Amino acid sequence: MSEYNFNNSDKDGYVLEIKDLEVIYETDLETVHAVNNVSFSVRAGETFGLVGETGAGKTTTALSILRLLPDRTGKVTKGEIFFNGENLLELSDEVMRKEINGERVSMIFQDPMTSLNPIMNVGEQIYEALKYHNPEKKTKEELEKRVEETLELVGIPKKRKNEYPHQFSGGMKQRVIIAIALACKPELLIADEPTTALDVTIQAQVLAMMSELNEKLGTATILITHDLGVVANMCDDAAVMYAGELVELGTVEDIFESEDHHPYTVGLFGSIPNLDEERERLQPIEGLMPDPTALPFGCHFQDRCPYCFDRCINEHPQLLKLSDTHSIRCHLFSDKALEVNHD
Amino acid sequence: MALAATKNNKSIALKRKGKLKEFWRRYKKNRSAMVGLVLLLFILFCAIFANVIADEDAVTRHNPEIRRQGPSAEHWFGTDIYGRDIYSRVIFGSRISLMIGVFSAALSLLLGGVLGAVAAYFGGWLDDIIMRIMDMLMSIPATLLALTLVAALGSSTTNLVIALALSNLPSFARLTRSSMLTVVDSDYVEAAKAYGARNGHVIFKEVMPNAMGPIIVQTTQSVSNMILTASSLSFLGVGVQAPAPEWGAMLAEAREFMRQFPYMIISPGIFIIITALSFNLVGDGFRDALDPRLKD
Amino acid sequence: MTEATHKDTPLVEVIDLSKYFSIGRKSELHAVDKVSFAIDKGKTLGIVGESGCGKSTLGRTILRLLEPTSGQILFEGEDITKYSKTRMRQLRRTMQIIFQDPYASLNPRKTVADIISQPLIVNNIFDSKDKLAERVAELMEIVGLATRLSDAYPHELDGGRRQRIGVARALALRPKFIVCDEPVSALDVSIQAQILNLLMDLQDDMGLTYMFITHDLSVVKHISDEICVMYLGQIVEKSSSRDLFKNPLHPYTQMLLSAILAPNLSRRKTKKGIVHGEVTSPIDPTPGCRFAPRCDYRMEICTKADPEFREVEPNHYVACYKVEQDLGLDSYISGNQNETGI
Repeated sequence: MSEYNFNNSDKDGYVLEIKDLEVIYETDLETVHAVNNVSFSVRAGETFGLVGETGAGKTTTALSILRLLPDRTGKVTKGEIFFNGENLLELSDEVMRKEINGERVSMIFQDPMTSLNPIMNVGEQIYEALKYHNPEKKTKEELEKRVEETLELVGIPKKRKNEYPHQFSGGMKQRVIIAIALACKPELLIADEPTTALDVTIQAQVLAMMSELNEKLGTATILITHDLGVVANMCDDAAVMYAGELVELGTVEDIFESEDHHPYTVGLFGSIPNLDEERERLQPIEGLMPDPTALPFGCHFQDRCPYCFDRCINEHPQLLKLSDTHSIRCHLFSDKALEVNHD
Repeated sequence: MALAATKNNKSIALKRKGKLKEFWRRYKKNRSAMVGLVLLLFILFCAIFANVIADEDAVTRHNPEIRRQGPSAEHWFGTDIYGRDIYSRVIFGSRISLMIGVFSAALSLLLGGVLGAVAAYFGGWLDDIIMRIMDMLMSIPATLLALTLVAALGSSTTNLVIALALSNLPSFARLTRSSMLTVVDSDYVEAAKAYGARNGHVIFKEVMPNAMGPIIVQTTQSVSNMILTASSLSFLGVGVQAPAPEWGAMLAEAREFMRQFPYMIISPGIFIIITALSFNLVGDGFRDALDPRLKD
Repeated sequence: MTEATHKDTPLVEVIDLSKYFSIGRKSELHAVDKVSFAIDKGKTLGIVGESGCGKSTLGRTILRLLEPTSGQILFEGEDITKYSKTRMRQLRRTMQIIFQDPYASLNPRKTVADIISQPLIVNNIFDSKDKLAERVAELMEIVGLATRLSDAYPHELDGGRRQRIGVARALALRPKFIVCDEPVSALDVSIQAQILNLLMDLQDDMGLTYMFITHDLSVVKHISDEICVMYLGQIVEKSSSRDLFKNPLHPYTQMLLSAILAPNLSRRKTKKGIVHGEVTSPIDPTPGCRFAPRCDYRMEICTKADPEFREVEPNHYVACYKVEQDLGLDSYISGNQNETGI
């Protein structure tokens, strides 16, 4: 491969390694600090959950991996994104478009209603994706066969390949979109809220299909969601994002079963009605996310945090390592930390 | 009510800077709209003070000795083929052209707007009937329709205004209907019905303000269109009757001599352009200033 | 009417309510089909179901924002389906609605104070501007909006604040009954919790009665006293909130509950085998249980005649032949053959 091949990342089996990513959106009027010092890595076959609320920077992080940030405003100002040891940020646009996007890295968007071309049948749409990324120069017949295989992979009978998107229900459309994303057998799949627009029973079906495919194909997946239930059921590792930063990072066991949590994570859990308990008040996080054009100097969560003290206002917290897998960005844990992960 | 506010809470929630003041504050910020406004005021000034800044007699006075003279200190815009002073004709012409443009556009907006609004809000068979009639009208070219109407009603300026308004009716009705349809089904309209608002309130307070943008733009654009259509009708002999100084009629008269005496065509042409431009710019400015989402 | 006479009358009672929409020339979409339930004063009835099950249509029909095709709506014991427009307009003060989308439900050209004061102005509640302003300020305080925001436009505010405006507008006329149509589904979780708490506090303080429409099972369990599960225009199961989650009887309810992804690791990566099939649309439905095509326990009878919506356990109603069979209840089909056509 290229000169950017870092052996140490391959050794750990990381498909994707993001280091100190910083993204801004710049207009004449203001600068939005969308992503700040984000670092995480995803192993082959692993599903990594990126959790957070609207405006936390989840989608921006995903778009910067694919280098699809809006041309004029979005800018990566710092950091590296290694994909199988290759820094994606240093590749040319042409290489990105032809060899990476859609072929080795695929993305699924939230809204199944607008992601498909309404005047092309679904078979053609999958065929297009295959034809565009066709390094092995397969013949038309071979590609047609791949189209049918791909449809069956996502549980759609191959005889429906000549139907148009409006003839499919929301859940079926999302399956078609997943089929297109998986058509070229990518090494990394980024799914941005893939089931948010779907009904609960359809969500359950699509997620079950995704985890089955994940086992079968061994694709590394980044699952972006606001739903902790989806993370608990789908992911191996997860990170909680708040105001452009990772505030907590760990395995799902760390996130769901550990004693120690970032106050924001605690707030998120407190906001969800518990099915096992009777009608009672929820414990929401009061207040709002800080304005991303004017983030506070100290901890980004200081205004809403019930445990806020002087240090939180005066010093920006680092991501503290509590165990090999579990890190939290909070001053409360400074005496428990194994080492400080300097940003 | 434990949560209810204390009775002595006197913080006045309804005080607000006057709507007009706020509108003006936003309008002022739009540079091109301000240019449009200045141009429009200039045209209005010409129309209102025509008898002060120009000579009314010179408008129709034939003066064979000074025919086809270029601009001079005495005749700023030159003289036409009959020796009439073009400056006076253009200035007095602004009265006629503005009146035709503004009145026919306003009438068209009023009728078309009401028809379109009724069709959109009530729907069903009423919508079908109104819109099919509009389709029929639309299948006849607007100029031809206006021509036929003036011929039937007899030529006078009033009839010209009516004919122009009617020929533009379908496009106003269609536009009003479609921009209202996008608003009629919105949740805030349903909310208004839920708290007991009457149809009038819903249409004028909730739907109209949100459907207005494209209609304002269409109205101001049609002012200039109407002026141009009026002039072509004048040219055909069914519009404003000669020797009244209508800009379009002046253009038509001067057309033959465009090569030799271009000044004859330039001054009425520039006034038509200024008028059309000013209305369009002011219209865009209105639309933007009325939309709080575009504030600042 | 005094309070005493209504002590035992439910605030809202719906009897065999239907709303059909005609589609094309011959077809009809049965959005709401013979639905019956009652809501007691001060209680919350949750209506849960997937998109297209008719739950929003039901909410709008009860408020007569849509005209019912057949059936009765009793409000404080009186049938309002026959009310004239004028009489209905007066009644609207007592029944209000909160919408799902806090972006689409507020007029973008009005300020916060304008929006909240509209219901009061339309109904001529106050004769002086000062009193009106005072009430608006009071309403803003009740829903937790700072009065300095009274001049703001909706687009300047975040989703949670906008939804608070929607709540204030609904409260302006001091209603007794509020239909909450997915009021929190468009909001982020932390904001969602704030609004849910607000709605519950308001209920406690003002004795409000809610019909809470949602697709989110954990939200509906949290806020409701009783829950109706809807499927393709019909209520298939109704019971107290606790009972429904502890002992779901209808196969569809069971499927819904098994599809919930709880935010803990207890059921991680287990097979959720019983969730399959998709919701169809209720256009010209044939007789029989509408869930039958997706049901694991389908019997011959299920596609022949509508199952009766009946009380199978104290205050637990289900429409399912399988449940009748399991509980050893007499099947009722023999006596009702002729009622199956609609």
